[in-house]
Amino acid sequence: MTLDAVLDIVAAVCLISGALLSLAAGVALVRFPDLLTRMHAAAKPQVLGLLLVLVGCGVRLRTGVDITTLVLVGVFQLATAPVAAHMIGRAGYPHEEIRTDLLLTDELAAHLDRLAGERDEARA
Amino acid sequence: MNPDQMTPAPPTEPPNPPLTRSARQRNQITAMVGLVTVWVLLWGTLSWANVIFGLVVAAILLAVFPLPPVTFAGRIHPIGMLRFWRRFLSDLVVASVQVAWLALRPRHVPRSAIIAVPMRVNTDLNLTLTAEALTLVPGSLILEADRATGTLFVHVIGVNSRDEVEQFRRGVYDLEARIVEAIGSPDELRRVRTIGYPNPPADLEGEPT
Repeated sequence: MTLDAVLDIVAAVCLISGALLSLAAGVALVRFPDLLTRMHAAAKPQVLGLLLVLVGCGVRLRTGVDITTLVLVGVFQLATAPVAAHMIGRAGYPHEEIRTDLLLTDELAAHLDRLAGERDEARA
Repeated sequence: MNPDQMTPAPPTEPPNPPLTRSARQRNQITAMVGLVTVWVLLWGTLSWANVIFGLVVAAILLAVFPLPPVTFAGRIHPIGMLRFWRRFLSDLVVASVQVAWLALRPRHVPRSAIIAVPMRVNTDLNLTLTAEALTLVPGSLILEADRATGTLFVHVIGVNSRDEVEQFRRGVYDLEARIVEAIGSPDELRRVRTIGYPNPPADLEGEPT
């Protein structure tokens, strides 16, 4: 088997597993019970899926110009996906979209209550 | 365990002391190098024209959008860095498979929890990096960061008991320790090693509402 064939197989494996992970992330978005659990789906399998697709593309294309662009896409995805998940989670947190009956403990609620209490004291 | 460990970590230093001249210059140079690298990667070829034009663009960007001051007291430890990246990549794979499995598993509603984790090293850089890494490793999602006390609020998926929640909390501290081992200053390293796992702050214990 030539080197090209081996690289093509590697690329195919990366592309297919990346696509499957993205599919799983999509299924998770539909099936998970509330906003916060859905954000897990958006942050993890989706990021790894994209990285695998990028690796697959890089192995298949094998030209410097394309690979540098793919590297940039991957780096920015890693840097921005957690921030996006954080912003959406934070914006949606004290809201009925979140199933508090599925939570074992909620230490953020206690923290927010305390902050509100401190604000009231400062105002009084 | 001494009482000091019961309270959330106080800032190890004023969170944002005014930067010294050399620290400011170092930050500027780091930002310049980063921006020029992105520029060259976008063009895809390393040539003098690209580098020089990248420098011009970077200088304009930094003049128009100055970066917030970042205090970086540590230095880069290559071995700690390698260890962090190896663990991070394997964690990313585990996390993805775990969430994919939770999604495809029939008739199962995952339970979760929101926990407060006061960081032992309260600097902006450490908070940011730990929060970023946490979101990508198994089971956790960053919800809120309280800069005053250096506390991260983490949403945990797929836990079934309080014991598992506490186990997860220790996992977060392990992650913080790996980051400090990769880029921390000797002072921060000592702090992480002597404190170990702090107890959860008592006043944050919350029952589900």
